[in-house]
Amino acid sequence: MTGVRTSAAGARITARGWGWRHASRRAPAVQGLDLTIEPGERVLLLGRSGAGKSTLIQALAGVLGGDEEGDATGELLIDGHPPQSARGEAGLVLQDPDSQVVLARVGDDVAFACENLGVPRDEIWRRVPAALAEVGLDLPLDHPTSQLSGGQKQRLALAGVVAMRPRLLLLDEPTANLDPAGVVEVRDAVAGTLQTSGATLVVIEHRVSVWLDVVDRVIVLDPAGGLLADGSPRDVLTSAGAQLAAAGVWVPGFPPARPLRGARTAGEPLLAATGLAVGRTEFARRRPTVVSSGIDVELAAGESLAIVGENGAGKSTLALTLAGLLAPAGGTLEALPGLARGLGSLPYRWRSKQLLTRTGMVFQDPEHQFLTGSVRAELEVGPRALGEDLDRVDELLERLHLGHLANANPFTLSGGEKRRLSVATALATRPQVLLLDEPTFGQDSLTWQELVALLAELVDAGTALVSVTHDREFVDTLADRIVVLEGLSSEGRVPV
Amino acid sequence: MSLIVPDIRPSAVARINPVAKMLAAILLAIALLLSIDWVSAAVALGLEALLLPFAGLSARQFWLRTATLWVAAPLAALTTVLYGKDSGALLARLGPITITDGSLDLGLAIGLRILAIGLPGIVLFATTDPTDLADGLGQVLRLPARFVLGGLAGLRLVGLFIEDWRFLALARRARGVGDSNPIARIARQGFSLLVLSVRRGSKLATAMEAKGFGSERERTWARPSVFGAKEWRFIVIAIAIPTAAIVAAALAGTWKFVLS
Repeated sequence: MTGVRTSAAGARITARGWGWRHASRRAPAVQGLDLTIEPGERVLLLGRSGAGKSTLIQALAGVLGGDEEGDATGELLIDGHPPQSARGEAGLVLQDPDSQVVLARVGDDVAFACENLGVPRDEIWRRVPAALAEVGLDLPLDHPTSQLSGGQKQRLALAGVVAMRPRLLLLDEPTANLDPAGVVEVRDAVAGTLQTSGATLVVIEHRVSVWLDVVDRVIVLDPAGGLLADGSPRDVLTSAGAQLAAAGVWVPGFPPARPLRGARTAGEPLLAATGLAVGRTEFARRRPTVVSSGIDVELAAGESLAIVGENGAGKSTLALTLAGLLAPAGGTLEALPGLARGLGSLPYRWRSKQLLTRTGMVFQDPEHQFLTGSVRAELEVGPRALGEDLDRVDELLERLHLGHLANANPFTLSGGEKRRLSVATALATRPQVLLLDEPTFGQDSLTWQELVALLAELVDAGTALVSVTHDREFVDTLADRIVVLEGLSSEGRVPV
Repeated sequence: MSLIVPDIRPSAVARINPVAKMLAAILLAIALLLSIDWVSAAVALGLEALLLPFAGLSARQFWLRTATLWVAAPLAALTTVLYGKDSGALLARLGPITITDGSLDLGLAIGLRILAIGLPGIVLFATTDPTDLADGLGQVLRLPARFVLGGLAGLRLVGLFIEDWRFLALARRARGVGDSNPIARIARQGFSLLVLSVRRGSKLATAMEAKGFGSERERTWARPSVFGAKEWRFIVIAIAIPTAAIVAAALAGTWKFVLS
């Protein structure tokens, strides 16, 4: 290996025949892992979804839990100690920005980890501003954490970890839920802190290009146990690039296959918005707060529309309004006869059941829309509400590769699987208009490819598709038209 | 303003350690529950009103926070007047409803008492930052950090629950099950919220654990929580108010010990 950094300030990781099986699963999440990571090395950990990347990183962070959570085999050590007894040596940043903020104010939140490690008070308040400066979060210490953007929250989480002065920095898809600007923010903040601290880095990420300039070693886990590849980024991507791409990793130079699109003509018009203003009614308020206005959009059967724009521009709110879930805050949104099919022309006045075959909305956070205890039951909700037969459920299970999970609890699925399930639940009732909010967040390239192919097929068969997305490749592949939203201003929006 | 970072204006009361405020509210409540008579309640309420400006609440905040109390107190008073234990001269009768001198006294005493106990409790809480309260509970009362900070972190999730609840309502509508009757819908949606909050809670717990929370190590506190002369003075005031009220009631001859 060339150009490998080592630093005495970093931790050494050694795994010998290490494995772990979650108590609720039959197959082990990781098995037969033999590995040494030298102090100061910066490692990108790859592998297809379900290869056990998160399990390994949580084990290193010492948060995998005790015997009741699962069984460990072999040995996993940080500087010769088991990770649980090395608390404070390793700092972990997770994927979901919302569930990592602990306290109400920026300074207090950064101080939290130091408090737990017993750092003296004077020292804490020396470290906190330094950590915030290091991640480029230039905010007063009493700034409310609820008012941060996703990228800022992730940098806050990183600052908390930096203040611990860990010898090992662990990142589990820290940028998967962020828009492109947020991704760069967080990546640069990480690179900056590593420069200063010399800590060892292990990062999980589907999109290799994000971290390519930061890491000096790539390790690929084999779902069957052990390693698939290990070496410098260039070596691994040259020797195993095709194999990795085939396993769902986003490898530069190996773009996912795009579906062939036939020539299409727009079908019957379905929805028309004129001077539409969209907004949400905040808690305990009567009038909606308008987030975007003056929107003119028409949508016809067999047409694919992409809604793009910055965070906070009102993209999701527009999709929810078009789906008939929110009332317009101004202007008109009219369902044309081809969609209304005998109902009134205002979608938000339709009954819940009447929406099912007309509009299908897939939420940004799939967990918001799960209603039952199993994948199969989840897919049956829509058809049951319509009194239809359930034959289609099996077909969808197979089509979206969820068959082996039919009895699993939706909440226990991986991020990519949850997303596929939420799309499948909408498809189960064959809506004329399908609306998707960030459908490709956190998807590996294989599931991306599958999803895009499926959506292309639906559009070609006459479904109207509306996608809110930051994903340029998705837009290039699927969108017939693009609506760019420019939000009013983010000022004056009241956080809860 | 939000639940966890409330908009608290700097004031004499806002600067008091939350633990002292909590103790004061408890002392006041216990002392005022010893008797049911209108004189002691009125005196306590009067003294509290004199101290109210030191809380630094705006008029809007004050009425908004205490609104329920202003509805509950008169209602409780009215109910007692109509159905309470009768004594003294009969003033009016309508079927089973009787109004007497005694029930009128009792109603007034109960209405005033609810205000005298409730108002300081609400006002003191409205001038308290949850983070400061947790610091106080952990450092002054030495309650276990696990419990105190776990509670504080949980409180932050409440803001997210409000957002979750809205999304769940939209999602149920989108999934075709939003038409059922409101009670069944709220029950099912409540269950979904419970599932979601357990998920959020466990993710938060993992994040906290990864930051060393709950380890064996002795924890330090970044923000000092001081219980000093200012706090003791506050406690003395909190004892003085019901003492004055009880003395006044005894002098007026209205004192009526609840247990006698």
